[in-house]
Amino acid sequence: MFARDAVPGRALALGTTLTLVTLCVLIPLATVAASAVGMSGADLARALLSPRALAAFRLTFGASLAAAAVDVVAGTWVAWILVSFRFAGRTLLDAVVDIPLALPTAVTGIAFATLYGPNGPLGAILLAHGIHVAYTPLGIGLALAFVGFPFAVRTVGPVLAALPRELDEAAASLGAGRLARIARITLPMLAPAMLAGFALALARALGEYGSVVFISGNMPMRTEIVPLLIMTRLQEFDDRGAAAIATVLLLASFGLLLAIGAIERRLIVTRVRA
Amino acid sequence: MSGHRRRAHILAFALLFGAALGLAPQPGRADPQTLLNVSYDPTRELYSAYNAIFVKHWLETTHQTVVVNQSHGGSGSQARAVIQGLDADVVTLALAYDIDVIAEQAHLLPPDWQKRYPDNSSPYTSTVVFLVRKGNPKQIEGWKDLARDGVSVITANPKTSGGARWNFLAAYDYGLRSGHNDDAKARAYVAAVYKNVPVLDTGSRGATTTFVDRGLGDVLITWENEAFLSEKEHPGQFETIYPKTSILAEPPVAVVDVNVKKHGTERVADEYLRYLYSVPAQKLACQFGYRPRTISVLASCATHFPTIDLRTIATFGGWQAAQRRFFSDGGVFDQIYQAH
Repeated sequence: MFARDAVPGRALALGTTLTLVTLCVLIPLATVAASAVGMSGADLARALLSPRALAAFRLTFGASLAAAAVDVVAGTWVAWILVSFRFAGRTLLDAVVDIPLALPTAVTGIAFATLYGPNGPLGAILLAHGIHVAYTPLGIGLALAFVGFPFAVRTVGPVLAALPRELDEAAASLGAGRLARIARITLPMLAPAMLAGFALALARALGEYGSVVFISGNMPMRTEIVPLLIMTRLQEFDDRGAAAIATVLLLASFGLLLAIGAIERRLIVTRVRA
Repeated sequence: MSGHRRRAHILAFALLFGAALGLAPQPGRADPQTLLNVSYDPTRELYSAYNAIFVKHWLETTHQTVVVNQSHGGSGSQARAVIQGLDADVVTLALAYDIDVIAEQAHLLPPDWQKRYPDNSSPYTSTVVFLVRKGNPKQIEGWKDLARDGVSVITANPKTSGGARWNFLAAYDYGLRSGHNDDAKARAYVAAVYKNVPVLDTGSRGATTTFVDRGLGDVLITWENEAFLSEKEHPGQFETIYPKTSILAEPPVAVVDVNVKKHGTERVADEYLRYLYSVPAQKLACQFGYRPRTISVLASCATHFPTIDLRTIATFGGWQAAQRRFFSDGGVFDQIYQAH
């Protein structure tokens, strides 16, 4: 079953990995799923298929997908600037990119609500132009894009830095224009990293609670995200209902991540073949 | 064969590694003279002050030193933490239902816990009032104004906030009183009020922030002590409006029997709650905007507590019944939002 490895220590490596993954990921996940076991079909249907739950799922997946898409575009742009240019304050900008990871999510939420609230410095201006940000899906998307942004920059950045210049130069020497080179050479090579960044930003957004509840307004049917629905069930001491919703969120996220991973591998394989 | 041995190796390493994690040093046993009070959000300042006078009182009467630790959070989350093993000696929460759940689900105290101290085990009370912007531009005088078109009302989500549940019930109570005890009319009234609510924060403090700092809404439905605090912190910006009727909020306290037995803190925990009814403690409560139970203290209190026609939770058959009927999944509150 096992071929001889070039690197020793396979047993140790796999053993520790297995333990860590089990302790840190599998056992907690199994606990979540197990708490939902034993719910009657009717209870399960009410927990998952009520108009309110469906509205929350639509909002969470919609806003998370949109936020991850924005992150990939903005993240690739910022990564490109960081990699391509040397300018004053570059190291500073580089560090600033990671701030959303370090900031407690509640701080992010309160900062966004203050900034984009009806009487906030940005919110007031936008409101004068008829754009409501705070307490709308737009505000939710903004907060989600903020927390997912570093993932996009950090997955695309290193790949961008390691892109072989020769290909680009060769194409240029053969007469390819700048846009053609970006579309035919740079982007295809970046695509797997961009997808990975998209997947990470998406995963982060789907489960995000702290930064969103302050700006979302939490109105049932309109701006209620799935994690808030889970919190609500927990406050009602309805652990099973909470677990049922959490399990669906988990499975859906897992499915999305698997699918993205599959596309990513295909892209890499195609690239290697080409 | 070699494959089997390898798998055995992997398993052995996995087990060893797991065992090493499990054998990490255990934290030392808590000092027996330490008391943990698990409470809800707005009582932080009150209990910091109370702990100081209680420590002194305990030292004077028993010549023992005691250290009181506090834990604060949303009332429901705190109850959940205690159920899941947070080692509380005493709980001082926002509503009896949260302590009922601790008794029911974890059996850490008897179901009749609320009979053990005077006044439903609630040494201080509060009520639900309105905070409006200075000059009361929308002329909010009473509950009926909250249902008016063009009035924006701020309150937290009763599903996630204990305080917001009191707000909801106070509004419903008004709906009953004004609608000759007709439930349909009371429902229509609260539905009209919640139609005016643009944001449902998850906690009472969050709702206060939305109203006070973000400038959203014309009126905030809130605890009397929160209104008191907001007025004090932002002088000249807000005024408190006392409706004619409201609900008597009785935040209860209880000793967690199983935990105090384990810690050997039965006596000090009991005295910690009993002393809340003493004159010095009652004076503190009044200082922080809670209504003291002791009439003499209430009368001499510097904080002015206007008389309101207050009904208790008994109007709704107690917390268990109220929770089931109004705030459970598919309850009255959910129905308001399913309707549109």
